Amino acid sequence: MNTAVAPVTVPVTVYVPADSAALAAGADAVVTALQTGCAQRALAMALVRNSSRGMFWLEPLVEVATPAGRVAYGPVTPEDVPGLLDAGMLQGGAHVLRHGITEQIPFLALQERLTFRRMGVTDPLSLSDYAAHEGWAGLRRAVTLDSAALVHEVTHSGLRGRGGAAFPAGIKWKTVAGAVSAQKYVVCNADEGDSGTYSDRMTMEGDPYMLIEGMTIAALAVGASMGYVYIRSEYPHAVAVMSEAIARATAAGFLGDDVLGSGKRFHLEVRKAAGAYVCGEETAMLESIEGRRGIVRAKPPLPALQGLFGQPTVINNVITFASVPIIFARGADFYRGYGMGRSHGTLPFQLGGDIRQGGLVEKAFGLTLRELLYGFGGGTRSGRPIKAVQVGGPLGAYVPESQWDVPMDYEAYAAMGAALGHGGIVVHSDKADMAKLARYAMEFCALESCGKCTPCRIGSTRGVEVIDRILVGRHREQQVELLRELCDTMLHGSLCAMGGMTPYPVLSALNHYPEDFGLVPATAAAPDPQLA
Amino acid sequence: MKPDRPSSVAGTPVVAPLVFVPRTSKIPGAGPEPMAPALAAQVNPLIAAHRERAGALLPLLHAVQERLGHVPPMVVPAIAEALNLSRAEVHGVISYYHFFRSTPPGRHVVQVCRAEACQACGADELLAEAEALLGCKSHETRSDGAVTLEPVFCLGLCASSPAVQVDDQLHARMTPARLRQLGEQLEILA
Repeated sequence: MNTAVAPVTVPVTVYVPADSAALAAGADAVVTALQTGCAQRALAMALVRNSSRGMFWLEPLVEVATPAGRVAYGPVTPEDVPGLLDAGMLQGGAHVLRHGITEQIPFLALQERLTFRRMGVTDPLSLSDYAAHEGWAGLRRAVTLDSAALVHEVTHSGLRGRGGAAFPAGIKWKTVAGAVSAQKYVVCNADEGDSGTYSDRMTMEGDPYMLIEGMTIAALAVGASMGYVYIRSEYPHAVAVMSEAIARATAAGFLGDDVLGSGKRFHLEVRKAAGAYVCGEETAMLESIEGRRGIVRAKPPLPALQGLFGQPTVINNVITFASVPIIFARGADFYRGYGMGRSHGTLPFQLGGDIRQGGLVEKAFGLTLRELLYGFGGGTRSGRPIKAVQVGGPLGAYVPESQWDVPMDYEAYAAMGAALGHGGIVVHSDKADMAKLARYAMEFCALESCGKCTPCRIGSTRGVEVIDRILVGRHREQQVELLRELCDTMLHGSLCAMGGMTPYPVLSALNHYPEDFGLVPATAAAPDPQLA
Repeated sequence: MKPDRPSSVAGTPVVAPLVFVPRTSKIPGAGPEPMAPALAAQVNPLIAAHRERAGALLPLLHAVQERLGHVPPMVVPAIAEALNLSRAEVHGVISYYHFFRSTPPGRHVVQVCRAEACQACGADELLAEAEALLGCKSHETRSDGAVTLEPVFCLGLCASSPAVQVDDQLHARMTPARLRQLGEQLEILA
């Protein structure tokens, strides 16, 4: 024991995240070590299990409240704890793991956190913490507005669906608001199955009331009295936190028969998915909630008119709903002021894969991939050069270095045959075999296809076979032509994005990395009208 | 009038009259095999708790699997009857979703994420390593019932990949050495 450290009598607040990613890095063992260490040293610690700041390379990130602000230490292992305590961690003392004031860490300081402004700051389930950090301000304003004004505010904010399709939320809400029915629903699509994405998980685990608030505002806007949050089964912590948050919010009058004394009814329920990727498609999700196999429905009818149980239904993704409270708290103009072109507001980008500083970066639309990869991400974790970056999940295109300076907005990415999707960014080093990844995309589609439409169900299996033939070099040029034709069929003939976007990773890999398919770059780089 | 129909002789039908024979086939969930009383005692309260919910089937199957570790085929008829569905519909839902199991898993379940972000950090090699360490192929349960190994798609830890889940515990930045360590702790190494 270091006698230089005076025993602390007033408990010092120490934050250790309980986010899944922190737990996976050993946060609970760090808590045990802190409790033991403090007890041995007669130090008083008030522990708060916050959510993650989204700097996952520093997890478990332990923060200590000091008069100068919260000081960050990370990544902390249980073995580091005695040394940290002896170094005066509870007073913000110097240590090799100390990163200074958390909010001044460049990765965080350079972000524009609107939706994620409370992330890692508050205790996720504390209603008083939420209220103290601008919580419920949007809902309090929303209960004073009528349906038309609510829909107008969302439309004017420019908010578009953050799940991938980027459809204007206001238009969707307006359709549901205008539908005549005794029963309407609000459904949150939290079946975040895309590799490289975790912003929904973070939101549900780290700031659940924000999602509840956003869904409640949507319910007021369209006249819905019942809502569901459909959460993937791979996220047990998110299911637990959301369920508890709904119970607490209901008990406190933010949900239930009389939302904030408005006389309006809105009940919310968590539904656990069961591991079918395609249930992230909205109509397959509705089928699943209704208790059936998650088979995609043909549209029309639009879910906005005939959705869950055949009733008008607003379906949005977690981040879309989570963006709503701040739009009402600070006004549509405030939100609209961020971004570029027709992409307004911010997008939580999620850096993953072979990246040194993996984590969540919320920025206005318009920054470049290069800024994300090197400015925030710091290059690869392996130290190897970056070869390809998959943007927008398993159905997103592989973006080569020549396109890393394109501003990230929905239109610019669509123009180059890619998609921002849900903001997931997966980095591959020069070790990646792009033909293998293209094959994997087809294999994944074959595994996860719901089977309703032929291009997706059969095309994906044929796609694996064709790529296999390309790789062994049997009639290679001919097979490449066949693969392009197959992709064209899937792109235009599939019922939903599962089969319709699987060609994105396949064709982008083929177009930008022909040598991985055993092709001579010059001959294979034939411009493709779909994915130039 | 069907001309090829054989004529009856003196009112005696040539074709044997239809007699209902109960099916005894062994198609999982298809047989009328009733639940054993011990199983019924566990499952019936769950059915009672969920049957009135809108879209009750998935929550009910989750509840059954949470209680029993899997959804045994014997419970299908009871669930189907309670929810006014056919047994085929219930079986269809169970078999459609990756999460539901019809057979019990091993005493420990090791899941290795093989989605793209984890692949970028060596997930394929890690899965091969796991097969060797555990002496168990992917998607299989080892013959001694000690462990089930499953590749999964995205545990949501894409910034700290490769990710592994062992029973209820998530592990980030997994290495073969740490996997061996975990296996030793649980005594599931081959």
